[in-house]
Amino acid sequence: MPGILVVAEHAGDRFRRVSLEVLSKARELKEELGGPLAAVVTGHGVADAASQLGAYGAETVYVADHEALGLRLAAPHVDVIADLQQQHGFSAILVGATALGKDIAAALAVRLGAGLNSDATDLTVVDGRLRARKPIFGGQNLVDKEWTTDTAITLVRPNSFQASEVGGSASVEALAPTFRPHSTAVGVTGSRATEGDKVSLEEASIIVSGGRGLGAPENFAVVEELAAELGAAVGASRAAVDAGWYPHPHQVGQTGKTVSPNLYIAVGISGAIQHKVGMQTSDVIVAINKDEEAPIFSFADFGVVGDLFQIVPKLTELIRARKGA
Amino acid sequence: MKIAVCVKEVPDTTAEKRLDPSTFRLDRSAGDTMLNEFDKYAVEEAIRLKEAGLAEEVVLVSVGPQKAVDSLRQGGLAMGADRLVLVSDEAIAGSDYLGTARVLAKLVESVGAELVLLGAESTDARGGVMAAALGEALQRPWFTAANTLALEGGTLTGERQTDDGVDSVTVALPAIVSVTKAINEPRYPSLKGIMGSKKKPQEVRSAAEIGVDPGQVGAAGAGTRVVNVETPPPRQAGVKVKDEGDGAQKILDFLIERKIV
Repeated sequence: MPGILVVAEHAGDRFRRVSLEVLSKARELKEELGGPLAAVVTGHGVADAASQLGAYGAETVYVADHEALGLRLAAPHVDVIADLQQQHGFSAILVGATALGKDIAAALAVRLGAGLNSDATDLTVVDGRLRARKPIFGGQNLVDKEWTTDTAITLVRPNSFQASEVGGSASVEALAPTFRPHSTAVGVTGSRATEGDKVSLEEASIIVSGGRGLGAPENFAVVEELAAELGAAVGASRAAVDAGWYPHPHQVGQTGKTVSPNLYIAVGISGAIQHKVGMQTSDVIVAINKDEEAPIFSFADFGVVGDLFQIVPKLTELIRARKGA
Repeated sequence: MKIAVCVKEVPDTTAEKRLDPSTFRLDRSAGDTMLNEFDKYAVEEAIRLKEAGLAEEVVLVSVGPQKAVDSLRQGGLAMGADRLVLVSDEAIAGSDYLGTARVLAKLVESVGAELVLLGAESTDARGGVMAAALGEALQRPWFTAANTLALEGGTLTGERQTDDGVDSVTVALPAIVSVTKAINEPRYPSLKGIMGSKKKPQEVRSAAEIGVDPGQVGAAGAGTRVVNVETPPPRQAGVKVKDEGDGAQKILDFLIERKIV
């Protein structure tokens, strides 16, 4: 029996897109895995938003609204979701792989003694059992995993599924959270938004990344301008981050983030293995580099050999003109 | 106050990694290995706390094959950590996150550390979930992604990276914390550090010695299992053109053709 629970993350004034993607996919999985399909929203000031999830297929939305859940610390969320799971015994718990989502899923797995798959780009049901596909070694291998525990917990990589509305409505049930002492021991004394981080790298459907070819930190402006025009997030290669040209949360690659956007534009990035493993699962890769022997051209879908300082600003102009037309 | 730093031996990041086709486990027999690069930031932070007189001892703790002692000594003890405790046991091979968190929890308890530091993730598994899993396994306060840390009178404060910005956090020890690459610039081991590391205690313990239940770890205690592995064909080169002043236009045409813009 007893269905699927989607952990829906509400941030600022909206649900994370990955949460809606996961919920949309769960609707499909429910056909074979069996229902019900429920979502849980844990936050502060989220009660009104909860019913929106009905449009994406949630039949029941459990809501816990509490100050402690408004902080971006996972432990209090784990208490609420674990208690909910102990009541209902969902067979699968699906969580979008945001920073908070990762923390929640990991601690929840230990609390419940449930198997955790830390990254999925596809979910299927085989012989009535959930199966997750996980790219490893930067997509060099694809591993299919099943669970040996009654509850299956998986993180889901953003951009793996399409979010789609079906126009249903959900019944909303309020939960009364109770917290463990160790879960609320960490306090938050202040908070500031990072400037220029309007689009998160992992969630972005388009990423424009800059590398050593930019030559100087101020030249990241050409990358930022193109990104702004495309509604894209800005990435950076290790060389650019190590040189101090761009902050580390933007690093893509082996020692940075792994991303799978619909479009990845590599600007002045050579494409060494170190970078490749962080972005080769992107749908479409475009590369601009002055070195025609750069490894990036061996796996880019479209490559232009030339001066990025000529090409990128022109591309920004062309896209701006096209939007205006 | 003791600090435990969770460290891991990983395959050289510049080398291709492969799975053993018969066990679906990482093939650890081939190629060079090294201390996980992310861990160096946690080791560095621990050493700085000790140098500032805020900790008595920095203990590296790890789970893995016996031969991992070498890369952990060369990578971590040589930086300045005091000793290494590695749990190595056939019963643990094949552990997933749950099993590894259970072993690390027992190990941290046996070492008696009040502060546990971890790197953001490992460069082989790339899960980035161990700090949260370990925090919960120990039922102690935890947080991830520290960009800064400071310790005063048993209270740890720091700034942590979130999806939306940076939060200032505070917690009274004990605590489990993972750190980002922004937190410091890890030192390179000095020649003296490398020579001295050979004399530092390097203990290898079995699962039973630290009180781990063999049924809870290894393949027996794993909550997931691999049922299939595929190797997709490598990504092929697409179109490559030389910019003749029309490079930007050609990219735009390509994006329109692919219905991206």
